[in-house]
Amino acid sequence: MSLESIGWPNFSLGWQGIVVLVIFGVSLLIATYCTYAERVIAAFLQDRVGPDRAGPWGLAQPLADAVKLFTKEEFFPAGANKALFVFGPCLAMVTALMSSAVIPFGNSLKFGDTVVHLRGIDSNIGMLYVFGIVSLGVYGIMIGGWASNNKFSLLGAIRAASQNISYELAMGLALIAVLMMSGSLSLSTITLQQSSATGWHWGDIFAWNVFKQPLGFIIFLVCAFAETNRTPFDLPECETELVGGYHTEYSSMKMGLYLFSEYVNVFVATAIMSVLYFGGFNYPFQYEFLDFLQTKAGLSVDWAHNLFVLMGVVAMFAKIFTGIFFFMWVRWTLPRFRYDQLMRLGWTILIPLAIFNILLTGVLITTGIIPDLTIAVR
Amino acid sequence: MQSLSNRAKKLEKKPMTFAERAYLPAIFQGLSITMQHFFRAATKKQITIRYPEETRPFSPVFRGLHVLKRDEQGRERCTACGLCAVACPAEAITMVAGERKKGEQNLYREEKYAVSYEINMLRCIFCGLCEEACPKAAIYLQADKMAPPRYERDEFIYGKDRLVEPTSPDNRSARGIQLTPEQAEKLRTQLA
Repeated sequence: MSLESIGWPNFSLGWQGIVVLVIFGVSLLIATYCTYAERVIAAFLQDRVGPDRAGPWGLAQPLADAVKLFTKEEFFPAGANKALFVFGPCLAMVTALMSSAVIPFGNSLKFGDTVVHLRGIDSNIGMLYVFGIVSLGVYGIMIGGWASNNKFSLLGAIRAASQNISYELAMGLALIAVLMMSGSLSLSTITLQQSSATGWHWGDIFAWNVFKQPLGFIIFLVCAFAETNRTPFDLPECETELVGGYHTEYSSMKMGLYLFSEYVNVFVATAIMSVLYFGGFNYPFQYEFLDFLQTKAGLSVDWAHNLFVLMGVVAMFAKIFTGIFFFMWVRWTLPRFRYDQLMRLGWTILIPLAIFNILLTGVLITTGIIPDLTIAVR
Repeated sequence: MQSLSNRAKKLEKKPMTFAERAYLPAIFQGLSITMQHFFRAATKKQITIRYPEETRPFSPVFRGLHVLKRDEQGRERCTACGLCAVACPAEAITMVAGERKKGEQNLYREEKYAVSYEINMLRCIFCGLCEEACPKAAIYLQADKMAPPRYERDEFIYGKDRLVEPTSPDNRSARGIQLTPEQAEKLRTQLA
C-alpha cells in the first residue's frame, strides 16, 4: 500500500517525522505551562498575585516544580503491587499523549513538490481513535488506584471509572449529531467543512459547528469536563473527602505524571472541541486574507498559501488557549458536584438531551435547515 | 414572633424554576463574578504586599529591629550593665562586658563596654522592655526595619556587627529611631 493510495501525495517522511516530534513537544510544553497558568489564573480570580518568584513573572516555576518532583523520594507503599503501581502513571501519560496524534493543527504546508501536513496522522477514523484512546485513559487511573492498596485510592479510582463510563456515553451521543452533519470521522474533513466554502457566509464564523449544534456543544463541553476529571467533576481526586483520590499514595515524578497527564488531557480536549465545534484552523475572513496575500502582497503562490496556513495554526492555538483558560476559569468558579448529583446529571439529563439533539439534528437536516454535507463526502 | 431588629427575612420554600434547575444561568452568573475579579487583579493595584521588596507602612511607634545607639561623638553608649538582659522576658539578650583601655575613649562612652552583645531574633518578642530598662539610652527598637527572613537559624543571632549604628550619621536610619535624650533636648531648644 503506497502512501498516495491513502491520500498523501508527495509525502515526505522526514518532514512528517519532525511534525510529529513538534506536536509531541508542544503538547508537553503546553501541559507544563498549564501548571503555571492554572496557578496564576487561580490567583487572579481570587485577587492574589500567584507564583512570581522563579524567574521573571515566575515563568521558571514549572522548571522548579519539575526539579522538586524529580528529586523527591520515590515511595512504594507496603502491600502495593509494584509493577502495576509503576504502570498506572505511565499508562495515564501515554494515553494522554497518544490522543493528540490525529488532531489537525493546521492545513498542509507546500514547499515546491514537498507537502507537510500539520498533524500527526490523518486517519479517516480520527474521532473514533480519540474516543478509543480517551477511554483507555481511565485504566491508568484505575490501575494506579487499585495497585496502591489503599481504600481512598480505590474509592477515587472507582469513582473515576464510573464517571468516565457515564459521561463517555453522553459525549459520544453528542458527537453523533456532528457526525450526522459531516458524514465523516476524519477530523481534517470536519474542520474543512467548517470553512465558508461549504458552510454559511459571514466572516466564516457561522460556518462553525457550534452555531449548528449549540445544544450538542454544551453537552460535549460538560462531558469534556467530566472526562478530564476537572472541577466541578473532579471527584476522583476530591481532596476534601479522599485525601488525594487515586494518587494518594503516589510521590515524586509518578505523581507528577498523573498531574501532568490531566493537563495533557485538557489540552487534547480543548483541541478536539475547537476542531469539532469552533472550526479548528479556520479563522474569520480567511479567504479574504488569502486573496490579499495572493493578489496584493505580491507573494509567490506557495508562500501565500503557507502564510495563510500558518495563520490557521495561530488561530487553532488561540482557540485551544481560550479553551484551556475556560477550563481553569470554571475550576475556580464552581464547587464540586456531589456524587449522586454527578450521576443524575450524566444519566438522567445529559443522555436524554443528547438523544433529543440527535433527533433534532435529523429533523433539521431532512428539512434542509442545516446543510447536508455528507453528500460531498460520499 | 415579632422580629426585634426588623432585619429578618421570610424564606419561602418555592419549587425551583426551570432556569434554576437548568444550572446554566447560575453558572454564567458565577463565571461573570470571577471574571470581574480577574480583571480587577489584572488592572487595579493588587492588595498583596510582596514582602521582601515591598513593606507595609509602619506606625511611628512600631517596634522593629534593635539598634545600639552611638552618641554625638560616635562613641557606643552601651555600658554592658545587663539591665536589658534582665528585663528581657524572652531571655534573648546575652552580653560580655569588658573594661575600656587607654586610648579607647573615642570608641566607648563609659569605662565599661560590651565586648560582645547578641540578640536572638527568634527568641525576641519585640516588647521593647530592653529599651525601657536601658539607663544609658543605648538600645532602641527601630520603627522602620524588621528582622528579615533567613534560611539558617544561627543567622538570626544578631551580634554587634549588625546591631551597632553605623559611625557615619548619613548611613543611619533616616526616620523612626526614637530620639536619645540629648537629641530630644537639642530639638527642644531648636523649637524654642
